[in-house]
Amino acid sequence: MSEKSMNIQPAEFTFDQESEQQIEKILAKYPAARKASAVISLLYVVQNQMNRETKSAWVPKVAMSVVAKRLEISPVRVFEVATFYTMFNLEPIGQYHLQVCGTTPCWLRGSDDIVTACKNATGIKEFGQTSDDGMFTLSEVECLGACANAPILQVDHDYYEDMTAESTTKLIDLLRQGNKPAHGSMIDRFNSAPIGKKFSQNTEAKDVK
Amino acid sequence: MAKVIVDGIPVEVPNGSSVLQACEAAGKEIPRFCYHDKLSVAGNCRMCMVEITGARKPLVSSCSHPVMEGMHVTTDSETIRTARRSTMELLLINHPLDCPICDQGGECDLQDQAVGYGRDCSRYTDEKRAVVDKYMGPLIRTVMTRCIQCTRCIRFTNEIAGTAELGGIYRGTSLEITPFIEQSLVSELSGNLIDVCPVGALTSKPTAFHYRSWELKNTDSIDVVDAVGTNIMLQIRGNEVMRVLPRKNDDVNEEWLSDKGRFSLDGLKRRRLDRPWIKKNGKLVEASWTETIQYVADKLKTVAADRIGAIAGDLCDAESMLALKHLVNGLGSANTDCRQDNAYYDISERGNYVFNSSIAGIEDADALLVIGSFPRQEAPVLNARIRKRWLSLTEQFPIAYIGELPDDPTYKIDHLGESPELINELLAGNHAFVDILKNAKRPMIILGHGALIRPDSKVIFEKTMALANAIGAVSEDWNGFNILHHAASRVAGLDLGFIPQGQGKDVAAMINGGVDVLWMLGADEVDISTLSPECFVIYQGHHGERAASRADVILPGATYTEKSGTYVNTEGRVQRSFRAICPPGEAKEEWSVICSIGQALAVEQPYQNLETLRQYMTEVNPVFAQCGLVKNSVAVSVGDGAQGNFEKQPLTAVISDYFLTNSISRASLTMNECSKLRYAPSAEAAE
Ligand code: SF4
Ligand code: FES
Ligand code: FES
Repeated sequence: MSEKSMNIQPAEFTFDQESEQQIEKILAKYPAARKASAVISLLYVVQNQMNRETKSAWVPKVAMSVVAKRLEISPVRVFEVATFYTMFNLEPIGQYHLQVCGTTPCWLRGSDDIVTACKNATGIKEFGQTSDDGMFTLSEVECLGACANAPILQVDHDYYEDMTAESTTKLIDLLRQGNKPAHGSMIDRFNSAPIGKKFSQNTEAKDVK
Repeated sequence: MAKVIVDGIPVEVPNGSSVLQACEAAGKEIPRFCYHDKLSVAGNCRMCMVEITGARKPLVSSCSHPVMEGMHVTTDSETIRTARRSTMELLLINHPLDCPICDQGGECDLQDQAVGYGRDCSRYTDEKRAVVDKYMGPLIRTVMTRCIQCTRCIRFTNEIAGTAELGGIYRGTSLEITPFIEQSLVSELSGNLIDVCPVGALTSKPTAFHYRSWELKNTDSIDVVDAVGTNIMLQIRGNEVMRVLPRKNDDVNEEWLSDKGRFSLDGLKRRRLDRPWIKKNGKLVEASWTETIQYVADKLKTVAADRIGAIAGDLCDAESMLALKHLVNGLGSANTDCRQDNAYYDISERGNYVFNSSIAGIEDADALLVIGSFPRQEAPVLNARIRKRWLSLTEQFPIAYIGELPDDPTYKIDHLGESPELINELLAGNHAFVDILKNAKRPMIILGHGALIRPDSKVIFEKTMALANAIGAVSEDWNGFNILHHAASRVAGLDLGFIPQGQGKDVAAMINGGVDVLWMLGADEVDISTLSPECFVIYQGHHGERAASRADVILPGATYTEKSGTYVNTEGRVQRSFRAICPPGEAKEEWSVICSIGQALAVEQPYQNLETLRQYMTEVNPVFAQCGLVKNSVAVSVGDGAQGNFEKQPLTAVISDYFLTNSISRASLTMNECSKLRYAPSAEAAE
């Protein structure tokens, strides 16, 4: 954890009502003696609440102790999990987290262009940075499991698929205006079905609707 | 049992043993880093590779592979060596190889095994990774770049210490060992991390760069900071104790040592009394031994026998106590007391004042009630045994406490409350926990000094005894009635009868005008503020504290490292320590000075040297005839006091500051620093 993050660590953290409701549901899934298993879910609850409260989805250190207390485990156990997974941000990030998949399928389908478009549209120079207006943080992630619709740009929890440099720039402009468009494929495609019309390897491309 | 053949040697090991254990049984040494026989198996270093004939994957890590009937194991072959060499090479990729400036040098597993399996040069040309050091308080120095991620330290705090302070953060090549918050570790057993860490990542901070392990000579000794009787090794260079390490003894301390026992050593050199002093015209002046001995003898001649009293402190060896008792009794006084805290004991049977279940016996118990004691501070190593039993997966171990809880006991307990009244409720069967105790096959009760230093201690003691009988804690083959002591000298004192006999006066009576000459043998913890100014005080001990400054004569003594002594631990186990170094200046072993004074007074003493003194000791009490655990007589049943009433006030903890309980630790800068950080944390430097 960097010098900087030590200074921005809040002094305290308490779950709000919305989080409490989520926690109740989450804990119900585990036997009482095994509630420590809920640690990942609870860290997400924290990160989402931070997003609601501060427009920055991250997990402060005090929140780890709060989670530990709730799950009756040692805080260092929560720390271990929070640092193990890259999905948890240990420092404040921008309002929108732009996560470009850079794994082979996406890369072959032009993820480099998406990265460049993101950098140009936000003014970010390197992965891991946050734009000066505090709106965006850019990260490179590994395969998001949506290779059929490569390349993928994940914004917070949502996948924007079949991206191009243009659609990326447009998406970022809209986000900046506070307009989050519907996620999914950005081209004429239903889910991950073939572009345009559905077909299988054995059939000609024809309308099977 | 499973039959396994290791390098052609057939051995039998219990089912479920690991291949590594089988190899050890066959006398084969297997290199290892992550495996530690008191910790859970991690199997992450891959150094312990052996070959198993016919297995699907012939190379296995022996520490995490269970034995199977008829297994053929090879512990040395070219394949194995290659595998171990590769492991070693991987481990060394990021290791700084800074052995010349590393305190672990000379006793480092990595260094040793590099001799057998290391390459002579590195094939690795990339940059090494460096890890930021972590602050873990004044006891542990960290150089985290040296860490090989064996996770022993994580497992130690998790399993043995029960404080779960250390963890591994990030992952893969970025894995780092760290506490959650960088502050002093809270465990009283944290020093063991130094022993557990196979490399120089965790080393001793107070003695950093003070010595090299090969310069040290070992002397066996017994730890005196509590009444566990931890077996220790004093490591000496010249006339100085450089390091204290635990010795392995599965009956007592396994291989652990409390932080106080390990790190008080700088207190051995500070504030020492190194020559005799006599108060003349209100001022202490230096004197020779001959003069001092005569002076004391002359003084003792002038007072009436029953106006002479002796108090023994918590660190005394049995020899000195016996000599002093013999002298005082020989002069005609019965005023001897080894209970600085005025504790109540029923000494009619030995079983009434010792830890009958034995420390190892805790592992056989199946329910525990602790009354007026907080073992984590009074006996950290014993507490680790309770935790070990509690962690056992096979059988539940319900634990309840009655009394103040100053901290986390390190295991889950049922805190019944703090009032002694609860004993009555348990006796009357009005409490759920009594059923647990009654249903247990081997229930245990630990009665601590929080309950024994009160005005109503006799009542508490006898009611607890009645409870023990009611729940069936005392039977032919199991004795679950236990007194937990925290003073190293106490059980020996009681065994020797160093308590007021007949009309003899106890500590309180002696202090409050009962005597004209008071001999304080290392009695540093008694409150002497009410002592009359006329009372003549002879202070015999090693550290200049309150009692010494009030003294009229000071007889400088030897610490436990400077004499050969007998100690009896809370279980009633008789143990001997050996003299490792010489006392400073003119200081002398207490018993020999007492002997000389006895001679000057012409008191008949059936001993002239240590041997004959020990001979006499076995005559006084035969338990001293044999070192080790003496089978204690069964605790006797209720006396008349069981009808009495309890006081209102709750049972409080006896130790308020873990680090500063005796004159040695109070003189130790390290212990003072620990105390400040724990009890006044605001002073902790922001690291
Ligand atoms: S600090 Fe020592 S004990 Fe802990 S993981 Fe590293 S090498 Fe192992
Ligand atoms: S490679 Fe990008 S989603 Fe799989
Ligand atoms: S000792 Fe077996 S894997 Fe480490």
